Amino acid sequence: MTSLINTSRPPVFCPGCSHERITLALDKTFQNMNIAGHEIALVSDIGCSGLFDTFFNTHAFHGLHGRALTYAAGIKMSRPGLHVIVTMGDGGLGIGGAHLLSACRRNLNMTLLILNNFNFGMTGGQFSATTPPEASVGSGFLNQLERPLDACQVASAAGAAFVARASSYQKDLVDLLEQAIRFDGFSIVDMWGVCPGRYTKKNKITPASIGESLAGLSPMTGVVEANIRPEYGTQYRELSSALKPANTPKGVAVNFKPLFSNRREVILLGSAGQRIITAGEIICLAGMSAGLNATQKNEYNITVLRGPSISDLVLSSDPIGYTGIEHPSVVVAIAQEGIDRRKGLFAKLGPESMILAVKGLVLPDSRARVHEIDMKALGLKSQDYAMAAVSILAGMNLILNADMLKQALEYRFRGSALEASLTVMNQCLTTS
Amino acid sequence: MHFVFMEGNEAIAWGAKASGCRFFAGYPITPATTIYQTMINILPPDGGIVMQGEDEIASIGLCMGAAMTGLKTMTATSGPGISLYSEQISFAIGSEIPIVIIDVQRLGPSTGSATRGADGDIQFLRWGNSGGLPVVVLAPEDVRDCYTLTQKAFNLAERFRCPVFVASNKEIGMTRENLDLDSLEPVEILERTISNTRDGFLPFKAASDSGVPDFLPIGDTFPVRQTSSTHGPDGYITTDPVVISQMQERLRDKLESTIDSYSYYDAVIEPDADTLIITYGVSARAARASQRQLKQKGKNVSLLILKTLWPIPDQIIRQFGKPVSRVVTVEMNLGQYVHEIRRILPEKEVIFLGHMDGRMISPQQIQEAVTHDQLD
Repeated sequence: MTSLINTSRPPVFCPGCSHERITLALDKTFQNMNIAGHEIALVSDIGCSGLFDTFFNTHAFHGLHGRALTYAAGIKMSRPGLHVIVTMGDGGLGIGGAHLLSACRRNLNMTLLILNNFNFGMTGGQFSATTPPEASVGSGFLNQLERPLDACQVASAAGAAFVARASSYQKDLVDLLEQAIRFDGFSIVDMWGVCPGRYTKKNKITPASIGESLAGLSPMTGVVEANIRPEYGTQYRELSSALKPANTPKGVAVNFKPLFSNRREVILLGSAGQRIITAGEIICLAGMSAGLNATQKNEYNITVLRGPSISDLVLSSDPIGYTGIEHPSVVVAIAQEGIDRRKGLFAKLGPESMILAVKGLVLPDSRARVHEIDMKALGLKSQDYAMAAVSILAGMNLILNADMLKQALEYRFRGSALEASLTVMNQCLTTS
Repeated sequence: MHFVFMEGNEAIAWGAKASGCRFFAGYPITPATTIYQTMINILPPDGGIVMQGEDEIASIGLCMGAAMTGLKTMTATSGPGISLYSEQISFAIGSEIPIVIIDVQRLGPSTGSATRGADGDIQFLRWGNSGGLPVVVLAPEDVRDCYTLTQKAFNLAERFRCPVFVASNKEIGMTRENLDLDSLEPVEILERTISNTRDGFLPFKAASDSGVPDFLPIGDTFPVRQTSSTHGPDGYITTDPVVISQMQERLRDKLESTIDSYSYYDAVIEPDADTLIITYGVSARAARASQRQLKQKGKNVSLLILKTLWPIPDQIIRQFGKPVSRVVTVEMNLGQYVHEIRRILPEKEVIFLGHMDGRMISPQQIQEAVTHDQLD
């Protein structure tokens, strides 16, 4: 195979830059593997490592600092057949830390090449995530305060199954790169090198000293047996191909005549766990079965198992504009928390409104008619209060009737949930 | 008839699927999460891809990579996530990456209130990118719009190769509403223009008639380049001011010179009205109600509901503003789009009505704003 180096834009480096060796090694790797340019997507970010996409005649995606792994994952998932290779410096490693961890955890078949030269070369030699504290860099004393990151230890701990620490100068770099690219999963090669433009001006670092430093660390040479597992994309396709198709939600049949014309507002005031939202949905589905328009807007705290739960419902024979509650026909009050959250509502209620309230709750003063329900006498549990109240409304032929309610329950529930809701309905239809 | 009860967020997901969306990536955030939840339910069984990013920056980055392999992509978030998207949005603008971005707006600033609505991002969506080049922002008023405007958003993203926002709101996204799926406006689905030549293909050379480059995907038999650097037609970094200027102006002109072809709006015009209400998003619903209520009281006002907010549909605003002397601009913030209305209609009395406290603007408030001067 011929070289994939872009001869129309020859690579330009500072004299002595280790990136040049990596460029040539990568090209040699492609040749050895007999891969064509269109079978490779080279994804790069910012800094000198970000020039790599221009050096090769391959697909290229050059993006933001530290974000290359995000684009690469999108490309690999969409085009599993491509060899996706990411180049990143120690700068991109630091700013894109979350993406590195995620790539290691996912194990999508891509190769990350870290061109690690211990500083931000392009911007003036500031310290990076890998700069040693004893180095003299363009960030004053700040690098003395931080411990450098060992990308390989981090990657291994995060689940990467192929992790290699290497010198940009080692003789077998081409073989190592081939192993990394061939590995069926996320592979990472951390290549230590020299930045003659910035770093070596004040710090002594040579190919030999890099070799010595690496020799002093416990070697990481590729496959991490403990992290071996199925490749993400393969597993994704396997799991997703077993899923059942999701059909468009089934339609609600219009079988009944509405009990009113124009607009009616209903508000359910309860607390978390009382199935307020579901009860609200049932009222709307019942209204829709009579050809009415319906809107449901809910209010609950982020802590979904505590606090008030409120549902604002509008049913209307006309198109519904404003979805807020202005003049509710019916207020269903089934928990004190809900009542307290909307206490300002009550003073505005006139005698045309009805409050359906669970016995024992404290209602603010209002001119509305109050209809009390003794839930305890009915032997119902708190989570059934809302459904009981809806059934009582249906028994009164207010807003909805028994036929509409039954159809709504049959639309919404299946199996034992349907049976339970029908039991509550039948018990409460006649208790008004 | 296919009568369903769904929230705006679900409608956006189904609209996306109907548009041919094949890749969605998101990160959980109230009030947008149910878009992600619906997408994970409906897309993978159909062979599409849904991923959860490690953060919002990753979510949009995943989409951008996928978009350049040729897939239609979408992501969804709220204000805090749009902030994190910002750098990637600039990239998508400059590098002509088609992507649909849903912003289900919540009350800010910052993390603000997760479960309270607002339209507080309207200028941010337009200007929250480095370089200040235009984007497309569409604003739904109800669940029906969520479905059809999402389809239009995909078409615009493909046609212009740019990010297209759908500026929803908690009050639409998480409000359920009946919808007859069979009654939806049919939207013809557009696809990206694929280059018919490979020899000499230049990834950023615009086809002369559209101002938009023809496309070859990453993964094609011809290697293609994509870059966030300032580039010429060949996709390589350039310092040539002439080439740079041509590129920047093309990115602006491809959207702004064509705005009349995608200025979506709804207008309810009373010929004798001296007041025009201009609004968008969920406030349009209250405006429709207040218009009807005012009519019953013998006061006729006109109503313009903008569904394309950016680029600004100047022509539409001028056309409907012309016959009236007063314009009441209603928006669920402390005054954002009203600045555009004042700029476009300098000779009119422009009154602002808005608040940002988690409550929707009510029909009563709009009535009061419209009749205020008359009552004095």
